[in-house]
Amino acid sequence: MRLKDGYHMAQQTSAGRRYVQTFISGFFVAVPVTVTILDKLAYVARVEGASMQPFLNPDVGAQSDVVLLNRWSVRNYQVQRGDIVSVVSPRNPKQKIIKRVIGLEGDFIRTLSYKNRYVRVPDGHLWIEGDHRGHSLDSNCFGPVSLGLLHGRASHIIWPPNRWQRIKPSLPPNREPLDAEEDAE
Amino acid sequence: MFRHMLGKTLGLFGYTIQYGCIAHCAFEYIGEFVVCSGPSMEPTIVNHDVVFSERMSRHLFKIEKGDIVIAKSPFDPQMNICKRVIGLEGDKICTSSPSDLFKTHTYVPMGHVWLEGDNLRNSTDSRNYGPIPYALIRGRVCWKLWPLHSFGTMSETPMKRIIKAQRDSDSD
Repeated sequence: MRLKDGYHMAQQTSAGRRYVQTFISGFFVAVPVTVTILDKLAYVARVEGASMQPFLNPDVGAQSDVVLLNRWSVRNYQVQRGDIVSVVSPRNPKQKIIKRVIGLEGDFIRTLSYKNRYVRVPDGHLWIEGDHRGHSLDSNCFGPVSLGLLHGRASHIIWPPNRWQRIKPSLPPNREPLDAEEDAE
Repeated sequence: MFRHMLGKTLGLFGYTIQYGCIAHCAFEYIGEFVVCSGPSMEPTIVNHDVVFSERMSRHLFKIEKGDIVIAKSPFDPQMNICKRVIGLEGDKICTSSPSDLFKTHTYVPMGHVWLEGDNLRNSTDSRNYGPIPYALIRGRVCWKLWPLHSFGTMSETPMKRIIKAQRDSDSD
């Protein structure tokens, strides 16, 4: 190893300082930009549990699906029936749940196991259900959820790669709101 | 020349995005200024007061009884309401008016809070629509900034409702 003279030492410390400066300025750009993108544009989340089977996590024991949550499209709290959305659980604010939108505000819903047989979804609320009947903690358990709890709309399955697909809104059979059925008849 | 202009425009665009993101993070995770309107929090906060609401205690789950919070209205997520937290999850709340002979009580369910305005006669709050989910809370009001003569922190509790609610839950 070569002996360092003073000039080299000074050069090294200034290089170190420049390195720290670059790191700090990069840090102050990267962190806010990342946080904003995750908050406003898109969020990636792993789906846990069996409540959305068979659409998400189809095989028990296999690795769980990863979905892309579009947060920009729900900035005005606009969703359609059949969309898969993530909402903050009304029971536990630290947890987010992923369910399918069955009813929007004003819809009449025939419930599955709620305390009332028929429910009108109040203003500013959603009726959400998991696809896996009976194995899902959803609106049949805690009632309609407020739109303010909406977190994002699942737009793509991105992992595993062989199941990569865009998620299209689709309602399960016989789960349309009641007045729409009456209109059709 | 054209390339120079393009570079400048791109640089300006980048700075705009960068400062926009910093502003978003500050408003989302540190705090924001809110102009209150409506009579429901009189006399603590009157119409057109400017308050500062901090977001940290909401993200850290440190909202306590007696705090004034800003929350999204459960029936219209675009609208915000400003109320005082009367009960947290598991608390017993007296829902009847003080003059009633028979008291009715309710329990705040898991993950919910009970909000009431300080102006009990003129406030639409949890007494009308029940407890609201914790996640609808946006921030805790910590300073009143305007008007200047009432500048200060929001620590005092003018109503006896909270203490009463606590005594109820203690006595049972």
